[in-house]
Amino acid sequence: MRIKVLGPGCKNCENLADNTKAALKELGLEAEIEKVTDFAEIAGYGILSTPGLVVDDKVVSSGKVLKPKDIVKLLTK
Amino acid sequence: MIIFEFLNRQLLKMQWLYDLVEQLVEKVFGLEMTSRLGGSVHFFIYDVVKIFILLSVLIFSISWIQSFFPPERTRKILGRHKGFSANLLGALLGTVTPFCSCSSIPLFIGFTGAGLPIGVTFSFLISSPLVDLASVILLASIFNWRIALAYVVVGLVLAVAGGAVISKSRMESYVEPFVYTTPIGEAGQETLTMKDRLGFSRNQVLDIIKRVWLYILIGVGIGAVIHNWIPEEMVTAILGQDKWYSVLVATLVGVPMYADIFGTLPIAEALVYKGAGLGTVLAFMMGVTALSLPSLIMLKRVVKPRLLGLFFGVVTLGIIIIGYLFNGFSWMFL
Repeated sequence: MRIKVLGPGCKNCENLADNTKAALKELGLEAEIEKVTDFAEIAGYGILSTPGLVVDDKVVSSGKVLKPKDIVKLLTK
Repeated sequence: MIIFEFLNRQLLKMQWLYDLVEQLVEKVFGLEMTSRLGGSVHFFIYDVVKIFILLSVLIFSISWIQSFFPPERTRKILGRHKGFSANLLGALLGTVTPFCSCSSIPLFIGFTGAGLPIGVTFSFLISSPLVDLASVILLASIFNWRIALAYVVVGLVLAVAGGAVISKSRMESYVEPFVYTTPIGEAGQETLTMKDRLGFSRNQVLDIIKRVWLYILIGVGIGAVIHNWIPEEMVTAILGQDKWYSVLVATLVGVPMYADIFGTLPIAEALVYKGAGLGTVLAFMMGVTALSLPSLIMLKRVVKPRLLGLFFGVVTLGIIIIGYLFNGFSWMFL
């Protein structure tokens, strides 16, 4: 599983990355979280509001700081 | 009408809270309301509590409305319109689309790259921070409904006119080329249940309060000092509406500043109370919210200096004109 957090590095993006880490830990999963800060690349994913969460190159959420339990739900789907 | 006035006074202006804090200041603290200290303590407690209550209720309801208008949907709606109506729609949707300044760049790329005219994108970018629904209702609470509605109208006019000027200037080539060449992916839209929307609204309230509480305390603190310690002659000498330079001074001070609109309102309230011109104070508020150094620095990454300069110039000029108009017609509002 490859996970990317999209965002220019503002507070919300940090929070989403932290929550994702917490969710992975809860599920006992090992996955690399990559932070994408390049604007062109972020826009390439088609999101208009940050932060965005990408799992295996698919955008699963944008414009929201998901709570760990929401991320757990998304990852186990 | 009587019912409306009662609701307006108690819910929006919170007369009950005003009286309650008055009791607290006089009976518990033993301070005279007419004394400087008593007056500022009252201003501070009353304004802080009022703004936090209004803010929580407002952001909750507004976020709920906003959850129906994610930027992806806005882009789709805007793509179906052309010319003036697209600018108007861009400005209107700017008021309901959830937006934070760190999102402005992906949004700019997403809108422009998808083929929306830059003027429409700028209409949206001007109105979004300027005419925030919550700030409008706070304006009605602190001043009155006429001022709040006039503020919305001139804010939208500024956004539409600014966008239209930028459209006319044909500056498409002054956008950084990568904006056009970036492949625009189509992110799927999630469908939200009522529970999702309510959860989103609750999180928005917590997020925004966490982000702005310090601005509000500082803003109300400055307001309380102006309200009771700065002599009226000093305020009117610099910011009185009969001074031709007052709007210019207010705009020039407001533009480079970045503060939250909720923090600026109590300062505006105190300044108007002390005899500053209404247009002068609104120009200051608009300058603080619509333009700021951080947002210009961000935008600089996607547009070239000439277009950025045009955007900056048009908005600044618009704010100055609005300031003078409000000063000229302030007898209609106060």
